Amino acid sequence: MSRLVRMDRTGHTTLAEWTAADEPSVESAVTAFREELDRGSFAVVPRGEGRAEQVTELPVDADLVVMRRPIAGG
Amino acid sequence: MAQAASAPGVQQALPELASVYWRPRVDEDVLRRRGTLWTTVTVAHVVPFVAIAVLIVVLQPLAVAVSLIALAKAWLIPALYAQRGANVVRPKRRLDEEPERRALGLLGDLVGHEARELYAATGLVLERGALGVWLVGEAGAVLVRPGRRRVFCYCIRVPADELPSADRTSHLLLALREDEAGFATVANLAFSGARWRLRRRLDRRMRPALAAAARAASAR
Repeated sequence: MSRLVRMDRTGHTTLAEWTAADEPSVESAVTAFREELDRGSFAVVPRGEGRAEQVTELPVDADLVVMRRPIAGG
Repeated sequence: MAQAASAPGVQQALPELASVYWRPRVDEDVLRRRGTLWTTVTVAHVVPFVAIAVLIVVLQPLAVAVSLIALAKAWLIPALYAQRGANVVRPKRRLDEEPERRALGLLGDLVGHEARELYAATGLVLERGALGVWLVGEAGAVLVRPGRRRVFCYCIRVPADELPSADRTSHLLLALREDEAGFATVANLAFSGARWRLRRRLDRRMRPALAAAARAASAR
């Protein structure tokens, strides 16, 4: 089961869960993904230790997709 | 412990770079130049005060108190710069226990066992990168350069105070993993100098993380 997660004030919220074979769950995950992008979040796929990839389309094969907010110099 | 790099074949730039388009992208040369500049500025602060201290004693030995004040300033100014560096990883206010626990769970999923233990003990995540070894906090990061003598302290944060501490760290960690050079470009440089200077100003709890980063940097 793949997960779309948003980091927020609760620690994190699972926005969607899907399996590649289950089309309705994928569609619902894609909708949630696009809504988060529209809110200005960035989507990151952790690719094992030390690696992460920013994506603009939901990678259906990913185990975990994390929505993060923009960062800035302090 | 982790290894920061982009996925093979993936060329990606941190989107936040657009907000600092005027800055040159950080690379080895940029870091070397900035390090040299910081050393030059430190020397330019220290040498005149030391020279004045010596001169005063030579000209008028009874004015030794004034000489000591000049020496104190020569010591204090670099120490204040190092304090500014240490402040980038100073812990912030904690939220309620439950959000912190959930955020810690996600951060734990992102890092290896060793890095998780170090984070629990020090509040910093150790991450190996191409530019050196990073210690990522919730509102900043320290880069220990290969050779482990020089550190760069960067102020960088997610502007959302309602986020739990571990989530703020996860934000920075993911951005660092996406694009290490972009991360260092977006961040504001607060201090660059000798590791021992930073160590003296760092919270005692965090010093083992700096030592671990130095060990990892020396192994490169």
